[in-house]
Amino acid sequence: MATETYETHEYDVIVLGAGGAGLRAAIEASAAGVKTALVCKSLLGKAHTVMAEGGIAAALGNVWPEDNWKVHFRDTMRGGKMLNNWRMAQIHAQEAPDRVLELEEWGALFDRTKDGLILQRDFGGHRYARLAHVGDRTGLEMIRTLQQHAVHKGIDVFMECNVQQLLKDGDKIAGAFGYWRESGKFVLFKAKAVVLATGGIGKSWKVNSNSWECTGDGIALALRAGADLIDMEMVQFHPTGMIWPPSVRGLLVTEGVRGDGGTLRNASGERFMFRYIPEFFKAETADNEAEADAWYEDKSNRRTPDLLPRDEVARAINSESKSGRGSPHGGVFLDIATRRPADYIKKRLPSMYTQFMELANVDITKEAMEIGPTCHYAMGGVRVDADTAATTVQGLFAAGEVAAGLHGANRLGGNSLSDLVVFGRRAGQCAAEYAKTVTSQPTIDAGEVDHIANGLLRPFDTNGGENPYAIHADLQDCMQNNVGLIRIEKEMLEAVDVIGSLKKRLPKVTVVGSRQYNPGWHLALDLQNMLTVSEACTRAALTRKESRGGHTRDDYPNTDAHFATVNIVIRPKDGELTLSEEPLLEMPDDLKALFEEAH
Amino acid sequence: MAAVAESPAAAPGSASPASTQNVTFRIWRGDAAGGSYQEYTTPLDEGMVVLDVIHRIQATQAHDLAVRWNCKAGKCGSCSAEINGKPRLMCMTRMDTLDPTQVITISPIKTFPLIKDLVTDVSFNFERAKEVPAFKPKPPDPDGKRRMYQEDIDRVQEFHKCIECFLCQNVCHVIRDHEDNKQSFAGPRIFVRLAALEMHPLDTNDRRELLKAKVGLGYCNITKCCTEVCPEHIHITDNAIIPLKERVVTEYYDPLAWLARKLTSRDRRTGIVE
Repeated sequence: MATETYETHEYDVIVLGAGGAGLRAAIEASAAGVKTALVCKSLLGKAHTVMAEGGIAAALGNVWPEDNWKVHFRDTMRGGKMLNNWRMAQIHAQEAPDRVLELEEWGALFDRTKDGLILQRDFGGHRYARLAHVGDRTGLEMIRTLQQHAVHKGIDVFMECNVQQLLKDGDKIAGAFGYWRESGKFVLFKAKAVVLATGGIGKSWKVNSNSWECTGDGIALALRAGADLIDMEMVQFHPTGMIWPPSVRGLLVTEGVRGDGGTLRNASGERFMFRYIPEFFKAETADNEAEADAWYEDKSNRRTPDLLPRDEVARAINSESKSGRGSPHGGVFLDIATRRPADYIKKRLPSMYTQFMELANVDITKEAMEIGPTCHYAMGGVRVDADTAATTVQGLFAAGEVAAGLHGANRLGGNSLSDLVVFGRRAGQCAAEYAKTVTSQPTIDAGEVDHIANGLLRPFDTNGGENPYAIHADLQDCMQNNVGLIRIEKEMLEAVDVIGSLKKRLPKVTVVGSRQYNPGWHLALDLQNMLTVSEACTRAALTRKESRGGHTRDDYPNTDAHFATVNIVIRPKDGELTLSEEPLLEMPDDLKALFEEAH
Repeated sequence: MAAVAESPAAAPGSASPASTQNVTFRIWRGDAAGGSYQEYTTPLDEGMVVLDVIHRIQATQAHDLAVRWNCKAGKCGSCSAEINGKPRLMCMTRMDTLDPTQVITISPIKTFPLIKDLVTDVSFNFERAKEVPAFKPKPPDPDGKRRMYQEDIDRVQEFHKCIECFLCQNVCHVIRDHEDNKQSFAGPRIFVRLAALEMHPLDTNDRRELLKAKVGLGYCNITKCCTEVCPEHIHITDNAIIPLKERVVTEYYDPLAWLARKLTSRDRRTGIVE
């Protein structure tokens, strides 16, 4: 194959991904005075952050002055079933308020309290109303604010540019190689440091809330560059996705519906969550409707079980529906119509109102919504150092959903947007500091780059006849059926086999058309990452023989004392994945004490 | 199958067995060098939107059909196209609002240069956004906090709903019908952005020169085409463009009026259309 000359750019720091974490990282790196580029798969402002609805969690104490970082820290750890990296959870809880106020400083307009301060709403697993929000379109406000701030700082943005491989000089990061979606031409970035901010992995499951971009690119790139992954078995199935009509199945219904007073009901109208309160949360959860409803106004009551952490609610919905008490299309009902006035619903949840009215012919101010679990978020991902966001590869940093540790076994709603800005900022800062210590631009092996380029073009020269869309559909069926909300060894072993056979089919993919804006070719390349991530998730899930947070096993239904103390770590070795169990970081005594206090 | 409740879902490429109805799409295929409409017939399922049909055609018949999309929920503004000549988001246009017995024509948005098939070069909008002077807040209150009242930010929050689908830019006849005007006219999306900044209670920046001379506000003759196509139902003309036009008249020639507004951060002269 003839080698072409590659468009080449030199930077100190390149950031991959332009959602909340990537934008915040690029802003910080640029402010530190290093030459920074932001590289993203879609147009600027379209990343998956735009779909975040309910809000950004931060202990501002505007609504409940009793709230502070320690309470937020405790809620986050307990929501994550104590598998979290405690230091990340501490930094996150401590810095989230400053990051929210910074967004306001940059022009964001959050909804207000009567006193003119940022209003906060209730969400699952949070002891106090803690989520700063803009109706139910908080992600849009956040991404637009960061986007405009980044644009005015003059950061170079490479839109619709897809990185396929990280490059190294010995042990250190040296750059990245990818293609322009528009032309299909290749582009080479020489860089001293790379920040991964590539988001999630949901596109490997059939029913998911994610955009086409969420193919686990950063996780696969990191792994191929030699970085450690942790907690890959921990996948969050959001309890409330749309389920009807079929074309919208999986689309997110914000937890804000329940935060603002909505309740879950089964086919006979029963508020069934009272039957699903686990021992772990019994002391802090209301066991009767009167107390649950009073909690919204008076926090001396215990919290409604409608707002248990997401893993608990998703399992309860699944169980209720499987027991024959579900809604007509295999979910349950989410009712805010009988509980709040129509004007209030339209003001607080305008996107939900439109989404159901326009896509499902359901008026949520008059009828209940039909909902069920949807693959939503990866708690696992690239292993990072809590303070610096550094991965185990020198010069490679990671922040946001692609990074692991903060959320442990289950993420609380609202903690994702705060994660993006807290750790996005730290990743940008530390990548810039690191880049300043690298005195000369690392060397890139031209032969290696040619080899990668030839590999990327192979689907155009293959006559295997495989359709990339068919392989993708088969992978989604496999993960949905075998590595979903409820898991069992036999099915996961089957998934390992299916993924193996899909990996054999992938090289036979034939791409039609030219290199110019060719989605079939793009999918063929993204499939490699999806298969890597799916295999990592399945094998980690087989290894963790217990149920905890987002990982529920029918054959090991309880938590296990041994697995409470370890992360499942995945490392690459000779092109294969190796798995091991490694101890969690030990929490210092002063933080441990926070969990001994009575609620 | 583990114990997960499951009912048939429509994956791109697979029609449900119950599907009986077919639909024919006439889709523009080509690039800057030229092209033509091509017809594709595919089964239709209950509840489908136009983007679902496009995805099914892509998965089964035209793997290289270029189309932008991200959220498929009307929140990202990526999938703008012209459906039977009407500019819409493909993800929010239900098939049961169209007549499936007729061939349905899908074209790329017209105002921006074609890249391929349904994908156009919208960089004009990103370049114009760079020219807008940034948000510049006044100092916080003496206790370090920032106070704003809901009634003062309601109208700005309306502008912040913009998902940058650029349908307003696409239908604005100033640039749709007159390519030359792109040099001197920023378009409704940018006017909404300017209005959001100008009416932000904390902002202190001076954009009078830009408003007066560079963005071409005067070209707009208030035909409200932009307002009609806005999927977020922003009252672009009434709440953004007309107040900006009024400000240019009063404040460019009366700097004291501008200063007074910036100092008080209140401006109740403009009625908001709800």
